[in-house]
Amino acid sequence: MYAYDRFDRTFLDERIEQFRDQVRRRLSGELSEEEFRPLRLRNGLYLQLHAYMLRVAIPYGLLSSRQLRALARVARDYDRGYGHFTTRQNVQFNWIRLDGVPDILEQLAAVEMHAVQTSGNCIRNITTDQYSGVAADEIEDPRPWAEIIRQWSTLHPEFSFLPRKFKVAVTGAASDRAAVRVHDIGLRMLRGADGTPGFEVLVGGGMGRTPMLAETIRGYLPQRDLLSYLEAILRVYNVEGRRDNLYKARIKILVSALGIERFRELVEDEWKRIRDSALRLDDAEIERVRALFAPQPYRTLPAYAPAFEARRVEDAAFARWAAANLFPHKVPGYAAVTLSLKPVGGIPGDMTAAQMEAVADLADAYSFGELRVTHRQNLVLADVPRERLYDLWRALDALELATPNVARATDIIACPGLDFCNLATARSIPVAQRLSDRLAELDGRHDLGPLNINISGCINSCGHHHVGHIGILGLEKAGVESYQVTLGGSSADDAAIGTIVGRGFTTDEIVDAIDTIVVTYLERRETGEPFNDTLRRIGMVPFRAALYGDGRAARADDGRRKQA
Amino acid sequence: MSHRVITANRLEDGAVVWFAGAAAWRASLDDAVASDDDDTVAGWLAAAKQLEAAGALISVYEVEVEPASAPGARRLTPVRLRERIRADGPTVAVG
Repeated sequence: MYAYDRFDRTFLDERIEQFRDQVRRRLSGELSEEEFRPLRLRNGLYLQLHAYMLRVAIPYGLLSSRQLRALARVARDYDRGYGHFTTRQNVQFNWIRLDGVPDILEQLAAVEMHAVQTSGNCIRNITTDQYSGVAADEIEDPRPWAEIIRQWSTLHPEFSFLPRKFKVAVTGAASDRAAVRVHDIGLRMLRGADGTPGFEVLVGGGMGRTPMLAETIRGYLPQRDLLSYLEAILRVYNVEGRRDNLYKARIKILVSALGIERFRELVEDEWKRIRDSALRLDDAEIERVRALFAPQPYRTLPAYAPAFEARRVEDAAFARWAAANLFPHKVPGYAAVTLSLKPVGGIPGDMTAAQMEAVADLADAYSFGELRVTHRQNLVLADVPRERLYDLWRALDALELATPNVARATDIIACPGLDFCNLATARSIPVAQRLSDRLAELDGRHDLGPLNINISGCINSCGHHHVGHIGILGLEKAGVESYQVTLGGSSADDAAIGTIVGRGFTTDEIVDAIDTIVVTYLERRETGEPFNDTLRRIGMVPFRAALYGDGRAARADDGRRKQA
Repeated sequence: MSHRVITANRLEDGAVVWFAGAAAWRASLDDAVASDDDDTVAGWLAAAKQLEAAGALISVYEVEVEPASAPGARRLTPVRLRERIRADGPTVAVG
């Protein structure tokens, strides 16, 4: 992991003292809310419906056990005993008092964490594959590159007031688990003609009210040129991006308006000027950062773990969990383990202080003291010896963190929605809970296979509904919640924006509607066929017919065309 | 004209409060004063905005409510779900 140096510590100490003074002046009336608001937002502090919310950055989702314990302390001492992990691999606390924030930030700084750039029109947390460094299909560990981008983008003076917020995702693997095509910039590692790793650079992806998939701006970028190329993109966006309309300010709108060819010309012109500047990465610097992410001191283990195999045969519950929640590790004898934060009927992404502390201990005992947060709002212990998986599973099961549902129907992404969020137009969490209850039963009987259901409580799409195989968007229509359903989205290699199925559903109808969609899939799928493949093969019509009846399906189709 | 109450969030903890008359702000909507008189509501709002300017409150605005239509019913019910959730807290278990 990256370790803070003297400059990092000094900066954070100063920043916290500044904020402490700003909070004091706000509470004494010296600062108005208008003056204070941008200051608190720059420290990750939002005002939500019932309280302040503090969003803490978890760089590329990587956490030490010590950091998780510090988050548990914050949850217990300053919140209501829990935290909420987000789709941006960060964590949020929902019940924060203003006067407690400087002390919280001090406690976080002591474990090398902060809330800087978790809000505002700047470059936000860099996100990546939760299996970075351990996935067998990886060209190279992307975390050193995420860290290099983090250092470049943190407090970047030129990019602190962009037209709008800016999100970068990076993957080093052949399979995209970082959703790179729905980010402002996506970086996909690949090998050049001579085998040297570089990046495919994608730009202009995003969700929100105008969902778009990123397009390739450069097919191959040498690694040493990463920062100069990012700087060129950001510079063009900073100058050319719209500032007159909040809804048209993201880079995707600029790329779409100019066209990728023209945008590329502008970027490449700028890049020519700065390519050989101080931004060019030298080998020594790259190696220095790589060393921070050196492989763990793995033991030499046989690939076949007899104890694990025996338990799988003996214990059906363990076998189910092992089938769903393990990911192959590149080192023989190890596995990456996903801890599901999606208990059936639970709140997606929530974790109590007690769970955090227990999991921190498990990370120390089983996985070199490190964890990752996934963009599907789960946690990962990346380096667990297979021979110890059964013991770990029992410990996780006792903590209610062993639901065997990773990437399955009940592994639902949900934003906080109208229960907490100031921007939300409808509730997300209760819909996720009811769906989880219903689909757990259906999955138990029919084995639904991998199925991503994503729920957002407003068009801002924090719940990634556009890229769910089944997406649900909560809106307010004539004063009541209305849920619009999309089908066929994906954030993986077959990235796609879902298509609206038809008219929306009330809160009483939505669970039955999703049930109908899933049952239609079950009836029509071929053996082993994933949801989106079935959808591509049979089209939307059978789903619409099942939902609305044949006559109404036609009207739904008209509606969709109008909206398109 | 519809009945309205004045709401805000408290500066120190962001908690939802409702104007209860006589310069008092309460955590419970049941304690709020409501009026369907435009001038009365405008007067309350102006006074609340002054408090906001002085720093004690944030995010001051008026909320449309329905007075109880039957005995035993809640005295005031916000028309919008958002405000019902602000009044009653999240509809899901917390923590």
